[in-house]
Amino acid sequence: MTNVSNAFDEQKVLAKFLEENTLFHAPDPEIMEDHRVGARNEMEESVLSKGMDPHLVNEVRGRLLAALDESNTMIEQMGAAPGAKWGDIVAAIFTANGDLSMISPHGVVGFAGCCHYPIKFISKYWKDDPTVGIRDGDGFIHNDARYGGIHNTDQSTIVPLFWKGKLVAWLSATIHEGENGACEPGGMPAAAESKFDEGLKMSPFKIIENFQIRRDLQTFLQNSVRDPKLQYEDMKVKLHSVLRLRERVLKVLEEFGEEALIGTLRKNLEDVEVEVRRRIAELPDGTTRVVAFPDSTLRENVLMKFNLAVTVKGDRMLLDFRGSSPEFLNRSINTNQASFKTILLTCFLQNIWPDLPQTLSILSPMDFIFDEKSVLNGSFDTPQAMSLIPLFKAMTLPTIPMAKLSYMLPHRYTSIVAPQYDQPATLIYGGLTQHTEQVGNFCADINGNGQGGRANADGEHSISPPFAAMCDIGEMELIEEEIPIVRLGAFTLAKDRVGFGMYRGGLGYEQIATTRGTGFWGFMTGCTGSVFTPSQPLFGGYGPPVYPLCKIRNIDIFEKLKSAPENINFDIIDLMNNQPIEGATYSTHDMGMTFELVQPGEVYMICQGGGSGYGDVLLRDPALVAKDLEEELISHETALDIYKVIIDPVTHFVDEIATKELREAERRARIARGKSFDDFIQEWNTAEPPAYLPYFGSWDDRNVIYGVSNGQRIRMDGDKLNSMFMPNPKDVLIGELQAELSRARLELAKFGV
Amino acid sequence: MKVLVTENLRIDLDTELYECRHCGTELVSARESYKRGLLVYNRDPREIHKPLLDPSKYPRNYSPNPDWCRILEYYCPKCGTMMETEYLPPGHPPLHDIELDIDALKEQWKDREEVLEAPIGNAPPKRKAHGHCGHNH
Ligand SMILES: [Zn+2]
Repeated sequence: MTNVSNAFDEQKVLAKFLEENTLFHAPDPEIMEDHRVGARNEMEESVLSKGMDPHLVNEVRGRLLAALDESNTMIEQMGAAPGAKWGDIVAAIFTANGDLSMISPHGVVGFAGCCHYPIKFISKYWKDDPTVGIRDGDGFIHNDARYGGIHNTDQSTIVPLFWKGKLVAWLSATIHEGENGACEPGGMPAAAESKFDEGLKMSPFKIIENFQIRRDLQTFLQNSVRDPKLQYEDMKVKLHSVLRLRERVLKVLEEFGEEALIGTLRKNLEDVEVEVRRRIAELPDGTTRVVAFPDSTLRENVLMKFNLAVTVKGDRMLLDFRGSSPEFLNRSINTNQASFKTILLTCFLQNIWPDLPQTLSILSPMDFIFDEKSVLNGSFDTPQAMSLIPLFKAMTLPTIPMAKLSYMLPHRYTSIVAPQYDQPATLIYGGLTQHTEQVGNFCADINGNGQGGRANADGEHSISPPFAAMCDIGEMELIEEEIPIVRLGAFTLAKDRVGFGMYRGGLGYEQIATTRGTGFWGFMTGCTGSVFTPSQPLFGGYGPPVYPLCKIRNIDIFEKLKSAPENINFDIIDLMNNQPIEGATYSTHDMGMTFELVQPGEVYMICQGGGSGYGDVLLRDPALVAKDLEEELISHETALDIYKVIIDPVTHFVDEIATKELREAERRARIARGKSFDDFIQEWNTAEPPAYLPYFGSWDDRNVIYGVSNGQRIRMDGDKLNSMFMPNPKDVLIGELQAELSRARLELAKFGV
Repeated sequence: MKVLVTENLRIDLDTELYECRHCGTELVSARESYKRGLLVYNRDPREIHKPLLDPSKYPRNYSPNPDWCRILEYYCPKCGTMMETEYLPPGHPPLHDIELDIDALKEQWKDREEVLEAPIGNAPPKRKAHGHCGHNH
């Protein structure tokens, strides 16, 4: 008996010891793996159990939204980061428990959606820690995506709101700052091979006391990034925007009382959750599936599978991502499940239920499953600086399986839309400006992605990024005043480079850039989709094409423009095919390019991509095809070969009868060349991926995952994935060149050389 | 009672068959993959996304690499409508992309009115031409 009680005491002592002596507060899986809104706290229970006057809730909600919008506008008007100026920002309000209740209507929901993770971390670990604590006037800073966040370029200021000595809510402001001292400028280093290459990583810590930024910590942060002015300016911008929000919410408390505020914040969450359950319940029970195949780690071409099965049963929905590619130990394109789920929230709000209030509880009725050590559920030690590659896919992946579940409904919340172009197609830059300031950031073109075709209309051109409906692409003239990038093309829509369909996607535009007035400048790009089409189409349309990076080097375009400007037409296709600049080196590449130095007058060209097509091309109204032709969105070749519409090249007049005949002939040709499905898969399906493909992820069986180890293909069980370690692409190239040299020497030896 | 499933497909709940919405042809049991009722063609992606840059000069030219990426086109065997397309690596099994619980579907629709034409959701308001002639604010 005594032994048992001794053991019990020892266990208690051990538990107490461990509690008081935690070596390191890593991200807490209990917080990071829980996307649901928590239970009511005591105050919420007492307010809501009495019931609330809906008119009062409406009034308080309106006041809060106006206050959030004001703070958002302050950030936008004062913010120094390029992202701030064009809308990569948000102000938000959370319940005392840390659940996101409301955001500024024009803000980026994803940024706010992931702030609930650091708030819950602060509440759990710092509130009662005698060396930290939470007091009125305190504020916390955070950017490490592993503790919650999209990626480390985004910095948040998080402030507790006290009323009569009690914490009643949390407020936040977030900006995509860009530069963060990573191994490449601009904060999204594709070259990061470990988490230690990713630059500044701020787990949530207190940087504001008595409503003021601590200068000692601020100086440390300024020393940690390439752009110390930006770091300071935007910390002040976020603080003062949040303080304005605080003033406004305090006014609400004075006028309506704490029960009104607490009740409204909580009710907003609960009402939305009820509505989402109702929307799920009206869908048919069943499973719909989609796959995406990103084709690059941004360092080398590989073919990864992102696998999604959506299952509805009653009022529950399961998003199953098992079978996707394993994680990479030394590539930065991993993400973690907390970031990934937050971006799925973005997808639902932008493409599926845009009429719902932008709040976290949309995810509450959903379950998510990932394989451990999947690229979508990366472990703590993996670099995640270029998590945008999986995250941009998360912004569009659910659209197809959700369209296939919701098409049948007797009513719609918005038009059904095919996937938007889902890559961050923009130039990332770094170096010394014409004002001799060090900078590193990205161009606002990231916000100009073409929309997918819709059930009743074509997609809009270059409408927005897939993560926020309200972001803009900015004014190039203003940007040129600050940084030494000169834009040579005038946002020309990229003709023929879009998903065709009954309703086509919206087009993206060409970005033709060079640099001048600087002795030190460079570019990088971070997109997949130069080999394999980036997004799947919907209901028989086509996806967008693939997009290369084009370069014209070893010249100074400004010199050429002085001597013979009439020879140069700033159109990517024209420049690359006709090569009007003598002596220049013309080349095309993957859109994944690590940072490289650029000489003044060298030309770098990419496209913002187009959206996927919706429906059969033969069902497209010939008049719309003629209009596209007239607006130079497509060529005659596309009108004839893809849409099978016969149009007079001069008058643009559609020959209706000939078109009808041509389309009928194409339908007959389809029937003649198509094979029955059962026969087709006999010859098409292979037991495993082609041997030449560096293929990562499942093939026919979700539980069997292909990966690589020491350059050899391996098969793994889905529940026992290993992280993959990739060889340095330069070593691979050196190996190839050495082999080639040895072969050449052998050949020469035959001639006695 | 027929239930619309996509732009191109519907299910007849009485016969439990998928049908083409364009020509009414019965395709295959609604308890199977609808693809089994269609014709398939393995399309070289360069025929749709043509090389806009000279392929003799540039390996990356806006066309997907056909060794990595193929387009499977699915046609109605009767009217030749392209009902579905999917971009896959060569040899990758086609997805069973729609797998509905038909018994649950019947139960769900027993009290719903049949939908003959798909509704259009709310679109954001279109900006009107400038001026104030005849429209309300
Ligand atoms: Zn048909």
